[in-house]
Amino acid sequence: MHELSIALSIVEMAQEESERRGQAQVLAVHLRLGQLSGVVKEALLSSYEMACEDTSLEGSQLLIEEVPVVVFCPKCQAERRVRSIQWFCCPECLTPIPDVVRGKELEVVALEIKE
Amino acid sequence: MTTQPRLVEVRKNVLKQNDVTARALRERFREAGVLAVSLVSSPGSGKTAFLEKTLTLLHSRYRVAALVGDLATENDAARLARSQAPVKQILTGTVCHLEAAMVQNALEGWDLTQFDFLFIENVGNLVCPSSYDLGEDLRFVLLSVTEGEDKPLKYPTIFNSADVAVITKSDLAAAVEFDETAALRNIQAVRPGMEVFKTSAKTGEGMAEYLGYLEHRRARSRAAAAVSL
Repeated sequence: MHELSIALSIVEMAQEESERRGQAQVLAVHLRLGQLSGVVKEALLSSYEMACEDTSLEGSQLLIEEVPVVVFCPKCQAERRVRSIQWFCCPECLTPIPDVVRGKELEVVALEIKE
Repeated sequence: MTTQPRLVEVRKNVLKQNDVTARALRERFREAGVLAVSLVSSPGSGKTAFLEKTLTLLHSRYRVAALVGDLATENDAARLARSQAPVKQILTGTVCHLEAAMVQNALEGWDLTQFDFLFIENVGNLVCPSSYDLGEDLRFVLLSVTEGEDKPLKYPTIFNSADVAVITKSDLAAAVEFDETAALRNIQAVRPGMEVFKTSAKTGEGMAEYLGYLEHRRARSRAAAAVSL
């Protein structure tokens, strides 16, 4: 369970950003979360709430956009979304593909603020 | 005066600090000519026995060292020290995984140019370590025959993030009716093309093949480093 330490980092990043903008109030944090990030969405959401307690972010929302796993199929010469993370292959031609193009994201993309 | 809420773009990787530290470590390993190998697995899969055997077998021909992560107790470091290799314990306290900064701190006082191989044993956990790059050249994921063939399907994230899979405790395979074909199929499903070694630290089965692979990888990374100098 490392979601709490990740939630603390998110809160810290949001606080820094808010300070840079003259203590703007942060209403929401938008996060992109890859299916292969190793982070569980539900655990992160509850950890986020805990991490916000007694900070300027208390009451703010964590909005998570889940990013599916996308591979590049060398045979089809196209990006393809894998059907399951238990089977890394092109869903069209079934070529096995070990590396992903997307799906490992753990990224704060935007903040909703009120100045 | 009240203003309307607005959206400001940030685009920052949450684990940026870890990634920066990991990149610096990787560069240090390359410059020092040491091959850094990390080991991940669930608790009780035989990581420490496997590492002890590795250190013992490599010790006569190579300069080896190890860092070993655990929540508490220094038992593993004591066990590994029997191999005569320099070993340092990283006590993580309540943290369930190693982070790049912990590796960096633990390396303090060690001259990396004095080593050919550095092993980093992660905390026994198949979930959290997948998110943290430690700067290692190779990540090994261990799977013991007693755990069941479907471990790779249950933890695809960590298996996909690894470079090599090692099946451990092969001496118990028959006793637990380990289905090797299914295990290999599951490993290849979550990481196609992954190198797999079947080993027993007890009988020594498969250790020579695996050590040969390590030597080959070290030679290859040194050759690549020499070219880029």
